[in-house]
Amino acid sequence: MALELPNFALLAPQIVIALAALVLMTAGAFARERWRQWNYVVAQLAVIVATLLTVFTSGDPRVQTTFGGIFLVDWITLVVQLFIYLSVFAALIYGRFYLIERGLERAEYYALVLLSLLGMQILTVANHLLLFYLGLELMSLALYALVAFDRNHALRAEAGMKYFVLGALASGLILYGLSLIYGATATLSLPEISSVAALRPGDERVFGFGLAFLVAGIAFKFGAVPFHMWVADVYHGAPTPVTLLLASAPKLAAFALAFRLLVFGFFEYAHYWQPMLMVVAVASIVLGNLAAIAQKNLKRMLAYSGISHVGFILLGLAVGVVEGNHQLALNAYSATLFYAIVYAVMSLASFGLILLMARSGFEAEWLDDVKGLNQKSPWFAAMLLITMFSLAGVPFFVGFFAKLAVLQAVVAAGYLWVAVLAVVMSLIGAFYYLRVVKLAYFDEPTERQPLIASSETRVLLSGNALALALFGLMPQGLMSLAAYAMIASL
Amino acid sequence: MTLTHYLLLAGALFVISVVGIFLNRKNLIVLLMCIELMLLAVNTNFIAFSHFLGDIHGQVFVFFILTVAAAEAGIGLAILVVLFRHRQSIHVDDLTELRG
Amino acid sequence: MESYFPVLVFLVVALAIGVLPMVFGWILGSRRPDPEKYSPYECGFEPFEDARIKFDVRYYLIAILFILFDLEIALLFPWGVTFNEMIAAGANAWYAFTTVLIFLAVLVLGYAVEWKNGALDWE
Repeated sequence: MALELPNFALLAPQIVIALAALVLMTAGAFARERWRQWNYVVAQLAVIVATLLTVFTSGDPRVQTTFGGIFLVDWITLVVQLFIYLSVFAALIYGRFYLIERGLERAEYYALVLLSLLGMQILTVANHLLLFYLGLELMSLALYALVAFDRNHALRAEAGMKYFVLGALASGLILYGLSLIYGATATLSLPEISSVAALRPGDERVFGFGLAFLVAGIAFKFGAVPFHMWVADVYHGAPTPVTLLLASAPKLAAFALAFRLLVFGFFEYAHYWQPMLMVVAVASIVLGNLAAIAQKNLKRMLAYSGISHVGFILLGLAVGVVEGNHQLALNAYSATLFYAIVYAVMSLASFGLILLMARSGFEAEWLDDVKGLNQKSPWFAAMLLITMFSLAGVPFFVGFFAKLAVLQAVVAAGYLWVAVLAVVMSLIGAFYYLRVVKLAYFDEPTERQPLIASSETRVLLSGNALALALFGLMPQGLMSLAAYAMIASL
Repeated sequence: MTLTHYLLLAGALFVISVVGIFLNRKNLIVLLMCIELMLLAVNTNFIAFSHFLGDIHGQVFVFFILTVAAAEAGIGLAILVVLFRHRQSIHVDDLTELRG
Repeated sequence: MESYFPVLVFLVVALAIGVLPMVFGWILGSRRPDPEKYSPYECGFEPFEDARIKFDVRYYLIAILFILFDLEIALLFPWGVTFNEMIAAGANAWYAFTTVLIFLAVLVLGYAVEWKNGALDWE
């Protein structure tokens, strides 16, 4: 048997990002000061090249594998990766001005962002338990460092420490779960685990026990209740560009992780993980919306609102398993993917608005800082209105269709009471989003400094918020993309 | 020594470390040690399974966990040093600035 | 008794190895006493005091940076063991060699960055 060279071309996007991260890391230590402005260019160029390579290498044939099947590229990879690139691209643009003003725009920042991007990419192409672990750790380790990146504030270090300890605990839980699953199936390859699981060998309890740890770890990484204690503190304590990154791309990567492990790997054991996800999802929707009302800090409010959105994503994953009904499962999973994408884009817009209002010595992170935005800039007040309406799920914004799609799947699976509860909680949640809009339109500003933001930020933010309105009017395109990704991959 | 013995040992180590993370209110270094212990418990699991199942992949996994654990501890200590420079303390109870 | 002879030889040799260097050192060494020389540790700790003192957190940092590279090297062992088997199985030798070179290059780069950024300096 001759060992053949693996197909490296399929992993070209990952290789480009890894090389760019190494170049930036080296540049951070050795390059001269006047080269500094190129760091940003290198990072953005790497993201753009990776995007193009992803489009060209994946999608046709629909499912491709390499390195003996431990990497898998399919349409879910394609769609999730494209939106991850979009999130990172936007995060770099939005954050740049903030970082320059605070003297934080260093090569190491970009290197860490690209390393976490590499981890997310690996999560979307992994087809082997070891790769899931390595991708997850690469993403998380870079994010821990990014949260504590600004060494001038004790707040950042404290947030970094909390994120690190609880994130490491989550990794430990996931690993313990993986080790038990390895013990139950004697293999680490996801397709093999899936086929062994179908035979239901030996003691099912080992498997169930492992899955419990796995689901707990995944919920931890998502920031779902009851493993949500880090979310608000980390969102609050991290520099806003990092919060923006945390709230968007990693959620998509976590969706890829959860989807691959639970649906591709352990579908046969859905009766174990489905109720667990259900409980976590319902708890997240309830607690996220209720806790967000009490917040005075905008970043904390968005953190709790994020918990409730994560609840919807997990709800969609949980209701996909319907007594052998393939079509209903497809609907549920494509609704979930659609929701995850929409949530990432809404996060970008909402934290982008905070960055737009921020300037040197002013973080614009309190609710009071939004007051009177309409008087300063009617245009961006309108963008804030669109974003908040979309987050709240007001009809005919894209957030509404995302919620509707997931709720339809929930009802189709026969969980009417869950759907009713989710609707009630969303209505309660609408209160705190509309309060932000009210502050922006009907309150007097506390200070009269004009907005100073780069033109790229203004253009991108306008496009970002308008996209939320536009996709609200025409959600079919994005929805059918998500649906096609599921049909082509499952 | 059967597989069950090893699994019980690993389970005990894992529980000790998780309890340590939640009960420890004194020293952040001890927290980092608990995290390491947790990963070592998982390693014990993997090696025991690998041996009794006659499958080498579990041991390869352990190599990667060991190296990632070192990287993780590196990041954790770096954050700890930054925190120490601000607070002059590494007590868990002093992490109270972020509340809400 | 005959069978215990090797044990006797062993004990004599062990004693000789233990005692002779001390004797030679005592005979041949020059003695210029210095308080620093009489302190067991050069790292700045008092030899006789409460063991439960606060360690400088930088000790941990240096130690962990060492452990990091120490453990990455552990990944070379499986490669070394399987290299010949990979060739025997028909793998391209240059491919098998280059993969590990890339791994080492990344490691060296990390070390260079760490050094240049002053992570190894005490102050």
